[in-house]
Amino acid sequence: MADKVITEEDFISELESGMTIGVGGWGSRRKPMSLVRAIIRSGVTDLTIVSYGGPEIGILSATKQLKKAVYGFVSLDSIALEPHFRVARQTGTIEAVEFDEGAFYLGLLAASHRVPFYPTRAGLGSDMLAMNPELRTIVSPYPEPGGGEGETLVAIPAFDLDLSIIHMNRADAGGNGQFLGPDLYFDDLFAMAAKRTFMSCEKVIPTENFLNEGSVHTLKIPRIFVDGVIEAPMGAHFTECLPDYSRDEAFQKMYAATAADKELWDIFNEKYLQAGSHEEYLAAVNSWEQGL
Amino acid sequence: MMRADICVAAIADCFRGEADILCNPIGISPIIGGRLAKATFSPDVVMTDAVSVLATNPLPLNDPDAERTVESYVPYRTIFDIVWSGRRHVMMGATQIDQYGNQNIAAIGDYKKPKAQLLGLRGSPGNLINHRTSYWVPKHSQRSFVSEVDIVSGPGYDRMRALGQPGNRFHDVHRVVSNLGVFDFETPENRMRIRSIHPGVEMSEVIENTSFDLVIPTEVDQTRVPNEEELRIMEIIDPTGMRYQEVPE
Repeated sequence: MADKVITEEDFISELESGMTIGVGGWGSRRKPMSLVRAIIRSGVTDLTIVSYGGPEIGILSATKQLKKAVYGFVSLDSIALEPHFRVARQTGTIEAVEFDEGAFYLGLLAASHRVPFYPTRAGLGSDMLAMNPELRTIVSPYPEPGGGEGETLVAIPAFDLDLSIIHMNRADAGGNGQFLGPDLYFDDLFAMAAKRTFMSCEKVIPTENFLNEGSVHTLKIPRIFVDGVIEAPMGAHFTECLPDYSRDEAFQKMYAATAADKELWDIFNEKYLQAGSHEEYLAAVNSWEQGL
Repeated sequence: MMRADICVAAIADCFRGEADILCNPIGISPIIGGRLAKATFSPDVVMTDAVSVLATNPLPLNDPDAERTVESYVPYRTIFDIVWSGRRHVMMGATQIDQYGNQNIAAIGDYKKPKAQLLGLRGSPGNLINHRTSYWVPKHSQRSFVSEVDIVSGPGYDRMRALGQPGNRFHDVHRVVSNLGVFDFETPENRMRIRSIHPGVEMSEVIENTSFDLVIPTEVDQTRVPNEEELRIMEIIDPTGMRYQEVPE
């Protein structure tokens, strides 16, 4: 089994301006935040982020590296709307492509299965189509039961991802990933949908130890879809990564407040985002928690 | 009798008579009401713990450590599958709602550069086109009950008439519960009708706080008050009284 363990610097060398990047997790849950900070440090710009959005969309819009966001929602869970995303939308600094939450899943699924679209009823009658003029409908080639005309459905296009980043509880050096929390979310699809996928994890463990950690049902990321593994303990901080740790609500609240105050944002950016390595970030978080 | 308790019972009544569906209320009073319905007259609906499992017992709000009797596993992907299967009745909030039941939780102003970004479309487009939906509006006013919504996240009956068959066949906006009354769309043109007014609320108050003309039946019922058993169960689900903050007296 090839060893796919790489460093953050290796990951940074994979990045280019203008890329479309899928980000796993859900809202403020199991987000690959150490890799998001690596993207910030890399300085690449004009990015498109595709995600069930959380802080990655807010932060990258605040650092002005985000050109376009494709999302089912953008939330911090305990804070219903991501505050930097709110600012970006109300000042018109990013392009927004918004899908019904379930329809978003179909865009990932279509890319994973290499078909151009998946059909759904979601969006008919709502303003989702008006908000996204490039979306198309399709007439079913099959008649309705009873002989009526084929039904018109919305064709959700495959999300064409250059790269995906996901965060798992455990992984092996070969690139197999294990989630131990309540929900995989759509991380397997992000891995399948992208040309290249990079997976951070709380801990790299020997393959033979996987079943000591959780049942076979937790082994949902096969290594054939993973190009690099980055070990990053607390790598999802400040988002939750159950059962390893819950959300750091105090830190998230402090982050959220930076959306309304340029000075606070500059401090946050310098102290936590430009901090350097993941270890340096954790040290900065630790000193914040000590009140230093 | 507290208004918040009356609202919760009215929300529970939205799920009366239902079985073998995912009862999926979103928000404080809706979750209390849904769990109340399941604990009393609608035992055969299933409900989530708001994380990833279906639990049979009435769980307290926002208590991750509460003991759960788990009957099934429903990660988000399964929730979407259930939405598309139609075996679901959702109750959502509405920042704006109009006379045909069009809902806006997306944004105020122009979508491209909104005056106020709200939650977004979320799951509304898929919910409305696939299964029964009810709404909860804790602050009934001319700003929430509007003549026209800025953005349609959840389509109402006029949009569905325009869409036509067969696409509209699963659309069903069932009830709207506000802090003033209960409303439905059981009228020839599916315009919003007063179904009942909460005790202590005057008809004039409902009319003045609504930007469009409600259909008013010749006799308007009063919303029922919850019984002692229901009040006891509400306390189990909401021991800290979050419902009284959502609907102050």
